[in-house]
Amino acid sequence: MKLPPLSYQSPHNLSDAVALLAQHEGAARVIAGGQSLMPLMSLRLAQPSLLVDLAKIADLKTISTDPLEIGAMVTWSEIERHKGLKERIPLLAEVVRHVAHYQIRNRGTLGGSLAHADPAAEFPAVAITLDAVLSVIGPQGVRKIAANDFFVNALETSLHDDEIIMSVHFPAWPAKRRWAFQEFARRHGDFAIAGIILFYDCDAQGRVMNAHVGLFGPIARAQRLSAVEQALNGQKLSAALIEAVTQNATAGLDIHVDAQGSEAYKRSLAGTLLKRGLLSTL
Amino acid sequence: MKHKSVSINGKTTQLDAEARDNLVDFIRAKGFTGTHVGCEHGVCGACTVIVDGQAVRSCLMLAVQAEGKEITTVEGLSPDVGLSELQQAFKKHHALQCGFCTPGMITTLHALLSHEPDADEARIREVISGNICRCTGYIPIVDAALEARQFYK
Amino acid sequence: MHASHHKTQANTYIGSPIERIEDYRFLRGEGQYVADLSFDGQVHAVIVRSPIAHGIITKIDTHQALAMPGVIAVLTADDIGADIPTIPFRRPNPTIGPYAQPIIARHKVRYFGEPVAIIIAQSAALAEDALAGVDVSYEALPPILDRHSSMADHTILFEVTKTNIATVFNADKGDVYAAFKRADVIVRDQLSTQRQTALPMETRGLVAQWDSATQHLKMYGAAKLPFFNRTTMAAMMKLPPENVDYIEVDVGGGFGARGEFYPEDYLVAFAARALNRPVKWIEDRREHFTAIGHSRESSCDVEMALSKDGTILGMRGDLFVNIGAYVRPNGLTPVRNAAQFMSGPYRIPNIGLKAYAFMSNKTPAGTYRGPGRYEGSYFIERLLDQAAAATGINRLALRRKNLVTSPEMPYPLAPVLPSDGRAETNCDSGDNTVTFDRCVQEFNWDQKARLDGTCVDGLYHGLGIACFIEGGASGPSETARMECEADGSVSVYVGSSAIGQGLETIMSQIAADALELKMDRIKLYHGSTNLLKEGWGSYGSRGTVMGGSAVQLAAQDFIKRFRELAAEVLNVPSDNLSYSSGRMNAPDGRFITLEEVARKGISGYGKFNNATPTYTYGTAAVHVSVDIGTGAVNVLDYTVVDDVGKVINPLTLHGQVMGAAVQGFGSVFSEDLAYDDNGTPLVGTLADYLLPLATDYPHIHCVTMEDYPSPTNPMGAKGAGEGGIIPVGGATANAIASALRSFNVQPRDLPITPSKLWSLIHEKA
Repeated sequence: MKLPPLSYQSPHNLSDAVALLAQHEGAARVIAGGQSLMPLMSLRLAQPSLLVDLAKIADLKTISTDPLEIGAMVTWSEIERHKGLKERIPLLAEVVRHVAHYQIRNRGTLGGSLAHADPAAEFPAVAITLDAVLSVIGPQGVRKIAANDFFVNALETSLHDDEIIMSVHFPAWPAKRRWAFQEFARRHGDFAIAGIILFYDCDAQGRVMNAHVGLFGPIARAQRLSAVEQALNGQKLSAALIEAVTQNATAGLDIHVDAQGSEAYKRSLAGTLLKRGLLSTL
Repeated sequence: MKHKSVSINGKTTQLDAEARDNLVDFIRAKGFTGTHVGCEHGVCGACTVIVDGQAVRSCLMLAVQAEGKEITTVEGLSPDVGLSELQQAFKKHHALQCGFCTPGMITTLHALLSHEPDADEARIREVISGNICRCTGYIPIVDAALEARQFYK
Repeated sequence: MHASHHKTQANTYIGSPIERIEDYRFLRGEGQYVADLSFDGQVHAVIVRSPIAHGIITKIDTHQALAMPGVIAVLTADDIGADIPTIPFRRPNPTIGPYAQPIIARHKVRYFGEPVAIIIAQSAALAEDALAGVDVSYEALPPILDRHSSMADHTILFEVTKTNIATVFNADKGDVYAAFKRADVIVRDQLSTQRQTALPMETRGLVAQWDSATQHLKMYGAAKLPFFNRTTMAAMMKLPPENVDYIEVDVGGGFGARGEFYPEDYLVAFAARALNRPVKWIEDRREHFTAIGHSRESSCDVEMALSKDGTILGMRGDLFVNIGAYVRPNGLTPVRNAAQFMSGPYRIPNIGLKAYAFMSNKTPAGTYRGPGRYEGSYFIERLLDQAAAATGINRLALRRKNLVTSPEMPYPLAPVLPSDGRAETNCDSGDNTVTFDRCVQEFNWDQKARLDGTCVDGLYHGLGIACFIEGGASGPSETARMECEADGSVSVYVGSSAIGQGLETIMSQIAADALELKMDRIKLYHGSTNLLKEGWGSYGSRGTVMGGSAVQLAAQDFIKRFRELAAEVLNVPSDNLSYSSGRMNAPDGRFITLEEVARKGISGYGKFNNATPTYTYGTAAVHVSVDIGTGAVNVLDYTVVDDVGKVINPLTLHGQVMGAAVQGFGSVFSEDLAYDDNGTPLVGTLADYLLPLATDYPHIHCVTMEDYPSPTNPMGAKGAGEGGIIPVGGATANAIASALRSFNVQPRDLPITPSKLWSLIHEKA
C-alpha cells in the first residue's frame, strides 16, 4: 500500500496555494492533516499528481472566540486544548472527544474534515446544525458559503478544485443554551452509525425556541430534522413531548443500508439517540 | 541548494526522501526499525512516533512534511543501556507478547504521560484505543501505564 | 543481573513469574522482524492477485509492466513450468488430494486474492506501481460461496471430483440412535459462527536468499513449523533438504494462521533463484485480508438427548465448515476438531456427529486459535442452556452433573474417522467440577444471579457460563540440544517456534532449572532449521510441553557428558561424582566447573516423543448488560478458571488466557469477513474488520489452578495457549439470551452485532 507517484509543494501563502491548484486543473489536491487523504492514497483510491500542503500558511491556524472563528488548519487537539473555545462553545469540545483517536487528533484538521465530507463524520454535522459559515478562497477571490449549501452529498461538497477553505465561522453561542451530543459507533473512535447534535434556547416561560436538531451517519449528508424542531419550538420540554417528537423523526430521509445495519435499525437508532439527547437536557 | 533536514532522536538527518515516501518508511530506512508498519492506512497505531512533542501516526505523514521537525521514536525513548521506567513497567506487568505493537504503545503513552501525568485509567484506555494489540488484551498495558505515571510527575 | 530473575517458588524458575528476557529488545525497538532485515542487492516482490472469486484466466500480458521504472521481472505460471507444485497436507486424508492448493493459478482462479503473477522490482513502491501494467483477462464464472450452493453439487468446483465436499469426518461413540429413542427431552438448534481471520499485528513477510555457488536457499520469516516448510520447499525446488534453511527471526503473532506453507513461500524463493538476487516480500494489510488463511466459518444442525433428571444421554447432528477454495496444509483440523471436541468436558456416552468440509470460492481456510473447539463449544453450550430450560433444571446444576470428574480419567472423546493419525484421544487428567465450582465462586455467580434477566437503569442484565477443554502438546516429537560455551554458559537450541508466547523465557527457565544454573547463563535459540537436524515447531499449544520436555532431556544428556569428562579429569569413577549448579563434585571435596572443561566440548541432545495430547480445562462465566435501544452489549465481568497441570511461568500463562479471552470477544461481537454475492470481500482494512480495542473489554479475570498435572510429560504441564478463547462464544451468547429472556431472544448466528441483536429483540420473524 505504498503511495502512488506524486509531487509535493508547500507554499507559504494562500494565493500561491490557489495558483498551484488552478494550474493543475483538478489533478492537484490540497493536503491538510492527511488523516483522510493519506489512507485514500495508500489504497490508490486517490492519485493526485500534486499535493499542495497548507501546513506553512499561518493565516489558516488562527482561533478567535469573538467572533467565533476557527482557521481551516486548526487541529482537533488544538480545539480540544483551547480554553476559550471550551468556555464559549462547550459543544465543540465535547464533540471533538469523539473524533477518531488521540494520534489522529494531533494532525487532523477542521478544514480537512469538512472538505472530505464523510457522512459519518461529526464536524460536517456540527457545521450544518450550528449554521456555520465557511470562508473559501479561489482564483476569483473569497466567498462565504453556508454549511448547509457547502455539503452536497456523501464525500461531495460545493468546493471547486481550485478553492481552499480558509476558516469556519460559528454564530455566537449564548451561555445559557441547552445542548446535547449523542453518537453510537461500534467502537470508541469509529465513525458513527448515527449521531445527533442538538441545541435550543429557552424563552422567559421556559419554552423551547430556536431548536436546531441535526442527524448524521446513516444519510448522505447531515440534515436538520425540521419537523422535530417545529414540534419542539414553543413547547415546554417534557418526557411525553420527547416521546412524541421522536416518533418518525427520520421520516422522509433516505437511509443508507450497509453492514452496520438495516434501514429499520438505523431509523430506530436515530430516534433512540434523539430521545436520549433531548432527555439529557431536561 | 539548501538541503532539507529533520531531527530524529536528537540527531539532524538529511531529508532525502521522495515526495511519496511516508514518514514511517523514511524513519525505518534510516535504520530506526523499531517503528513498525502494521496497516499503512492509519488505524493500527504500530507506526506511532512523537513529532514536536505530539503522538502521530507516521504512516499518515509524508516524510517531506517532517521538514524541520523533531521526531522521537522508541529508540529515542530508550536509555543507552537498560530500560526506561515506562519500559520497565511494561516488562514488569507483561504488557507485551509478540512485541509488534509495543513501540507504538511506548511512544503514545510517553506522549500522553508527558502531557498528562495524572491521566486516569479511563483516559489511558481512551488514548491507547488508537493502538491495536492482538496479543495481550490491553489489561497489562493499562496496568503498566498506571504504574509509570509516577515517573512523569 | 536483573532482579527480576529471582527465584520465588521452592528455589526453582519453573513456577515463578519471571519477567521475559525477550522484552528487553522488543521494548527498545530492537526486535528483528522480517521487514527489518536488509540484504545487499535485495529486490522487492509484489503479488498480482485475482480480482474475482471464480474464473478462467484467458490472457496475461506483462509487457507494459516490464517497461515500467525499476521493474526487473514479472513471473507467471508459464515461467514456473509445466508442473505447478501444490502445497502438501500436514495430515493424511483419503479424499482431499484433488483439492490441494497450487502455488500459483494457471488456468483457473478460485478465490479473490489468489496469486496470478509475481512482480519483482527495485522497491516495493515500484513493484506496486507495476500492478497497473499487468493486464490479466478473466472469463468470470459464477462463484460458489455458501454451504447450500456448495453442497448441492450442481456446480462442481474441481472437475476431477464429483463433489464439493472434500471430506466428511464421523465422530461416533456408543449407540446414539438408542440414546435418542429413550430420551425424555431432546433439544435441537441450528447455529453458526462467522468467517474470521487471526489478524496478527505483523503481516506476513519473507526474504529468500539464494546462493547459486552452493545451491543453497535461505528463507527468512519462518514461523510455526519451519522444519515441515523446509522439507516442503526443498521438494518443490528439487533440492536436498539440507540445502534449504528456514530461519526464524522475531515474529509478530501467529494464532495458527502465520507459518503454514503458503503460495508466496514458493513464489518468492523461485524468483530469488531465477534472478539470483535476494527477494523480499512484505505483505500489506489489504492483501493480508485475502491472502492469509481464514477460519471459523461453520454452521450446525445438532441435537442433544437428555433424561428428565438432566443426564445427557447423547448428542448427534451435522457440522458444516466452509474451508474455502483449496484444502490448506491444516485446513481440515478445525473440521475434525469441531466433531471430536464438541462434547467438551461433558460426559456424553453416545455421540453421532458428521462434520462436512466443503469447498467454496473464498480464501482457503486453516486454523485460528482453538480451531474447531471454539465453534464446538459455542454449539454445545447453546444447546445446554436450552436443555436447562426444557428440563427445568438450573443451568449450573445441569452442567455440573454432566462434567467429567477425576475418577473417570482418562476419559475417551469420540474417535474421529477417517483417521488423520489422531483418531482416538482421551482427556488425560483433571476434574472439571473443581474448576467449575471455583469459577462460580470467583465470579460470585450467586450474588450476580439476582440481576439475571432483570432491567436496571434501562439495561438488561444476563449471566452465562461455559465449560471447555483445550487439546495441547500435539506430537509426535520435539528436539533440543545444548552446547557449553567457553565461559561456561550454555547455549540451548530448541525446535519450537517463538510467536510471541515468551518461548525464550520459558525454555530458559526450564533449562536453568534442569542444569541448576542461573537464568542469565542460558542463551536460547529457537525455530530455525539450521539449529537442529530435525524439529517440529509451535502449534496446537505444544511449545511448552514438547519443547520444554525436549530441553529437559537434552539437559540430562548434557550432564551425562559433563560427568564423563569430569571423571577423566578428576580421575574419579563417574558414578562417584555428584552434579550441582554447574559443577561435578568428587567425594573428597575436589570439583570441576563447566568452564574448566568447556573446551573439551560438552553438549547434550534430547528428543521428546509424545503421542498423548494434554487437556487443559476450565469454566468461564460472564455478566453482560444489553442496551435494547442500540443493541450494544457491555461485558461487565468475565471470569475464567482453568487447570493447566503445571504452570511454568504464571506471568506469561495469565497473559495467554487474557489475550485469548479478548480475541474471543472479537469473535462474538465484531469480527466478520463478509463477502458480497460476487465473492468479493466486503472487508479489506482494519477500519472495517473490527478488532477489540483498549476501551472494549476491561473486566477480565483469570484464575489458574494446578490440581491435576498431566501424566504425559515429566513437568506435568499441559498446553494452555488456546483455552482462553474457547468458551467465550457459548458463555456470552448464553448471557445475552438470559438477559433478554423477556423478549425470547435466542442468538444463533455469530457475530452478535448491535443491529442483529436489535433485530432479534424488536423484529419478530
